[in-house]
Amino acid sequence: MHEVDMTKCLLLSLQEWKQGHEPHTPVVEAVHLQVGDFTCVEPEALRFTFAAAVQGTWLDGATLQIDTVPLRARCLACSTVYAPDPEQAYRSPCCDRPMEEIVSGRELRIRTVDYSLPAQASASAALPSR
Amino acid sequence: MHMPLQDTLGLNLMAANQHQAEHNREHFGAWNLLCLNVMSSPGAGKTSLLEVTITALAPQLEMAVLEGDMTTQLDAQRLAAVGVPVVPITTGRACHLDAAMVSGGLRQLQAQLNPATLDLLWVENVGNLVCPAEFEVGEHLKVALLSVTEGDDKPLKYPVMFREADCVLITKVDLLPHLPVAVERIEEHIRAVNPEAVVFQVSATSGAGLEAWHQWLLSTTREHNRRAVLAEVG
Repeated sequence: MHEVDMTKCLLLSLQEWKQGHEPHTPVVEAVHLQVGDFTCVEPEALRFTFAAAVQGTWLDGATLQIDTVPLRARCLACSTVYAPDPEQAYRSPCCDRPMEEIVSGRELRIRTVDYSLPAQASASAALPSR
Repeated sequence: MHMPLQDTLGLNLMAANQHQAEHNREHFGAWNLLCLNVMSSPGAGKTSLLEVTITALAPQLEMAVLEGDMTTQLDAQRLAAVGVPVVPITTGRACHLDAAMVSGGLRQLQAQLNPATLDLLWVENVGNLVCPAEFEVGEHLKVALLSVTEGDDKPLKYPVMFREADCVLITKVDLLPHLPVAVERIEEHIRAVNPEAVVFQVSATSGAGLEAWHQWLLSTTREHNRRAVLAEVG
């Protein structure tokens, strides 16, 4: 269950983010992730471990919102973007090439955090978007 | 009163592990050594391969092993028996090594020897075709093993591992006469998910294919370490 260790990584990043808001403690409503289909992550397991890990912490009540990203590859012979199929050995249906360039599906990304701060703090404390 | 806000982090989910991995890699750079992360399913022959490869290359390369194992030190004992410095890393219930565990192993290694004397550091990961693919430990190259007894479908079933690997070794090829499996098909499936991988067919038992693998290792290690020195000089 490597999702436990992935959750630990996620919590460390969120802890660091929280420090950027000191002295206020943000109340986190949701954390949005992007998880590609061509990764070793099972979104349901990640949601489960996150829910268990945040209980009783400053993140208690926060939910994990996971957008999955489909695997797509580009056929380098004709530039067609296709959905690789394990049954077809991931080869391109157009030119029967191996899976060379992956366009999407390897994402493991913390995208955004939805949160709130006490009213007097919220005016100045939001971090600039990157 | 609370106002809803949103911050964009845009960070990798594994950022904390990646920071530590980067830190480990900085050490490897300072010590001018090549670090290989060796991964496979349990029983594919990682330890057997390291026994013969380390024995064969010992006259030419200074090596050490960080040996990941869930509960025992059996593999570490086998490798210590061929005369190489070994640091066992017992992962407990974790099914993979992560960068922090390897960092702990490096501290133990430094207590035994000066890592700057090494040319090549092996990290033998826990037997598992899934998790280790996502947890980099600071390695320069990933080496994946697949034994012929596992069947030709494994690169398609565990594609991330074989996609991420820089080098794939098809092991136990001495058993091919006894199996209803075609090694060409295994290799074809590896290349389907990773056309750029360097692939070798080897047997630690018969010695088949080892010469090419050892030559590749020697030249890859020397080339890497020479470049690292040049980069340092400027």
